[in-house]
Amino acid sequence: MRTRSTVLLFVVAILCACSRGPEQRPLTVVGWGGTSQAAHRNAYWLAYEKGTGVPIREDVWHGGIGVLRAKVMGGDPGWDVVQAEVEEVILGCEEGVLEPLDWPALGGRDAFFAPAVHDCGVGAMVWSYLLAYDGDRLDDDPQSWADFWNVARFPGKRGMRKTPKYTLEIALLADGVAPADVYRLLRTPEGLARAFAKLDTLRPHIVWWSSISQVPDLIHSGEVAMSVASPGRLLLVNQTEGKNFKVVWNQNIYAVDFWVVLKNSPRRKEAMDLVRFMTRPGNQSRLPTLIPTGPSHKQAIAAMSAQDRARTPLAPENIRNALALDAEFWVEHLDPLTQRFNAWAARGQDG
Amino acid sequence: MRGHIPDSAPSHRLPALLLILPLGLFLAFNFLFPIGVMLSRAVLEREVPAAWPNTAAALSDWRGERLPDSGVVARFAEELRRSREDGTLSAAANRLNYDIGGFRSLLRHTAAALPLPPDRPPLEALIAIDARWGEAETWNAIKRACGPLTSFYLLASLDLRLAAAGRVVSVPDDRALFLDVFARTFWIGTVVTLACLVLGYPLAYLLATRPAHIAYPLLILVLLPFWTSILVRTTAWVVLLQRNGVVNDLLQWLQLVSAPVDLIYNRVGVYVAMTHVLLPFLVLPLYGVMKGISRDGMRAAASLGAPPLLAFRKTYVPHTIPGVIAGSLIVFMLALGYYVTPALVGGPDDQMIAYFVASYTNQSLNWGMAAALSVLLLLATLLLIGLYRSLVGARIRAWG
Repeated sequence: MRTRSTVLLFVVAILCACSRGPEQRPLTVVGWGGTSQAAHRNAYWLAYEKGTGVPIREDVWHGGIGVLRAKVMGGDPGWDVVQAEVEEVILGCEEGVLEPLDWPALGGRDAFFAPAVHDCGVGAMVWSYLLAYDGDRLDDDPQSWADFWNVARFPGKRGMRKTPKYTLEIALLADGVAPADVYRLLRTPEGLARAFAKLDTLRPHIVWWSSISQVPDLIHSGEVAMSVASPGRLLLVNQTEGKNFKVVWNQNIYAVDFWVVLKNSPRRKEAMDLVRFMTRPGNQSRLPTLIPTGPSHKQAIAAMSAQDRARTPLAPENIRNALALDAEFWVEHLDPLTQRFNAWAARGQDG
Repeated sequence: MRGHIPDSAPSHRLPALLLILPLGLFLAFNFLFPIGVMLSRAVLEREVPAAWPNTAAALSDWRGERLPDSGVVARFAEELRRSREDGTLSAAANRLNYDIGGFRSLLRHTAAALPLPPDRPPLEALIAIDARWGEAETWNAIKRACGPLTSFYLLASLDLRLAAAGRVVSVPDDRALFLDVFARTFWIGTVVTLACLVLGYPLAYLLATRPAHIAYPLLILVLLPFWTSILVRTTAWVVLLQRNGVVNDLLQWLQLVSAPVDLIYNRVGVYVAMTHVLLPFLVLPLYGVMKGISRDGMRAAASLGAPPLLAFRKTYVPHTIPGVIAGSLIVFMLALGYYVTPALVGGPDDQMIAYFVASYTNQSLNWGMAAALSVLLLLATLLLIGLYRSLVGARIRAWG
């Protein structure tokens, strides 16, 4: 008897699950987790839910066009709005994985910081890689990537990202190349040879990290005297844990993260509406108060307090000598350069 | 003994087979099929034939010495334009870009300048868009990617490539990488396995031969890290081994070294952390085997006058060989696929094959390369294990 009722219950449960009908899943927005997700939640998502009554479900991812491709291939992707890096925007737009945006509805392309504008994406935040160190450990303040290479004046190890991306750019900047010439040179064999030769001179002093989350520890423990870093986390730690991390904005490499809408989204209209909401200057102005990154709308950029602006790559004094990441270059050259970078690393000192 | 168990009758076999059918189907669909599909990418060309089927067919007849004739070129231009509209261009462009850097932008700006003007020969018009269309090598790259089968990825995984006229040549020195990484992978696997054996054998012996009130707490000490996340254990080694870490402080306090030594973010860190993480996989099977060995043999040998070490070597060690084989095989196989630990505590010259498989899978999406590296690692591993088993098997028979 008991068995039969269990079976019956099971069958009923299955029937219910199958016949649930076209009830919609919640609008789903996907970020990178951690402090940036929290900042977006507090800047936009809570206010959007309150204002429109549309509930938002959150998810977290760690990038990769393959993930988006797989999501879109099988009909409803399950995600609607995603925070994506520029490479994913470029490839996803070409492959038709992303929905083109309605730019007039967003306020027109001219209303935004130029690198934050793409057919299929609009800037979510502007961030950068730069030189960082612990102010309590270094007596003298380094000023540039040339100082990063100067182990006589600043003894100690150097932390760098274990990939050619950012590393080759930094090598050329340290070698005295002007930001405007970096990618022109990297597209030539001579420029690449020059970047690797410059890396050769620092090689024994480099500690290679693989995740940006290792950087605060590397610097704070004194494992490295300075490191390539992203300022957001370090500056937040200064506030919350009373550390004295310092960053050098001179010659920073900045990039834009984008909001994109996936193809086949059954909630395309609300998704577009959320993107519009997140790019309105009034709403964007909240972001820099929560996390040290720049907004993308020109009015929101202008509305930042001087103190907040100084913590973003968008401050005039920070962007003056900065290098914009050339995602097209990396989409085209990532594979051969990753191979060459690792071959270089394996060859040892004489290479 | 074996002869007394009756063979199950055929009529009993069918229900038995039906009972394991769900398991078989589960394995086939969730394991063999997806892995097979992924690995097949090492030898299949998909992107270019999918984007430009007519061009692929036409180029298969082209000899590859002079430039293709205008019929082929016109067909290619038409398909290139169409593929840009239906979104298949991106995949084909990325595939060709693996072969020749810069191919992606060549195709994209060429496609944007189409259709070709009708009043000029198609090849001439393409060359007017970009001079590279006037080079046979450009067209050869497309021909090489026309499939259906390819050796491109497997050759690239061995630092080789196809040159003109089908000759296989080495890639330039500054790009030769993977032979080195394969050697490194097997070397690290061997060192870690030996280190585990040296540390694990006495430990397992201790666990198996001490009374319970000593052995069980020790066993817990082996198991606790076994249950801890690999990420946590690896990070713990960062704390211990860094320049201002416990080990370096101790070494300096003992005045063994005058300045901090580099123990992490290099090969030393990889060996230490991997050996620690993998040690339980050797200790546990060995402990299981040693628990079942009677020590009467050693007593008998001792009573016949054998010194302890000789008695141990002649009567105890041979019985532990199955455990040694099982444990060291598990450790070796796991070590070959290691990814997280070297990524966190190694430099770029300490990364193993799995690192590159992951990087091709996630970062550059070159799944052909990821599959080719996996296939080669799998084959090399099977070969080595076969060799090991036959060598050690002969050894056991000799001892037995």
